[in-house]
Amino acid sequence: MTVRIQTEDFDVAAELAALKPSKADVGAIVTFIGMVRDLNDGDIIKTLTLEHYPGMTEKSLSAIEQEAKSRWDINQSLIIHRFGTLKPSDQIVLVAVTSPHRAEAFAACEFIMDYLKTKAPFWKKETTSQGERWVEAKSIDDEAQARWKQSD
Amino acid sequence: MNIKILYFARIKESVNYSTEDVLLPSSVKTITDLKDYLAQRGDVWADLFSTQQTIRAAINHELVDNIAAIHDGDEVAFFPPVTGG
Repeated sequence: MTVRIQTEDFDVAAELAALKPSKADVGAIVTFIGMVRDLNDGDIIKTLTLEHYPGMTEKSLSAIEQEAKSRWDINQSLIIHRFGTLKPSDQIVLVAVTSPHRAEAFAACEFIMDYLKTKAPFWKKETTSQGERWVEAKSIDDEAQARWKQSD
Repeated sequence: MNIKILYFARIKESVNYSTEDVLLPSSVKTITDLKDYLAQRGDVWADLFSTQQTIRAAINHELVDNIAAIHDGDEVAFFPPVTGG
């Protein structure tokens, strides 16, 4: 269970190699990589700047990992999220989950991303030819997160 | 009581600073009370905290709702809905 918040880019192959288990009990590794798109709401994106809340960000991502671990049989998880100014095609976020079985790894990875999108304190501001603007939260992300709610 | 307030993203830009230490009157007990208290500063504060726009709050790094109680020494943060990932 690892969380890293950083400005620098990450090397997916190196990160996955570092996740390699000491025992042969991992049957599946699922990864998600989020990237900066060149278009948003019809405008060409020049740069994307991410702000976050140091301290709370790490805590909330760790809590999301713990929740995923309590729901699925996962061996390890890794979340790397960048902040600062990025440009189109840059990597923003990596989520990797290892598990004995693929179904659990897929579910846990998607769960972590859906929760990250709605709970982790990051904010995006994009620069277009029209100037700067804050990215608005989308209800589709709330809906994606809501489907994981458990009746307990 | 004394608390620290942090502002992020669009809200930070509106109020034009990121953090402040505030001495609160004893009538301010919850996040709702604090929003009302800040709205009384007028201008941009009234626009932010007395309108229907969505502002999320955290106390000591935990997301909370408006009825959450504030205690002496707390770090309270206000920010727009998050947009990471």
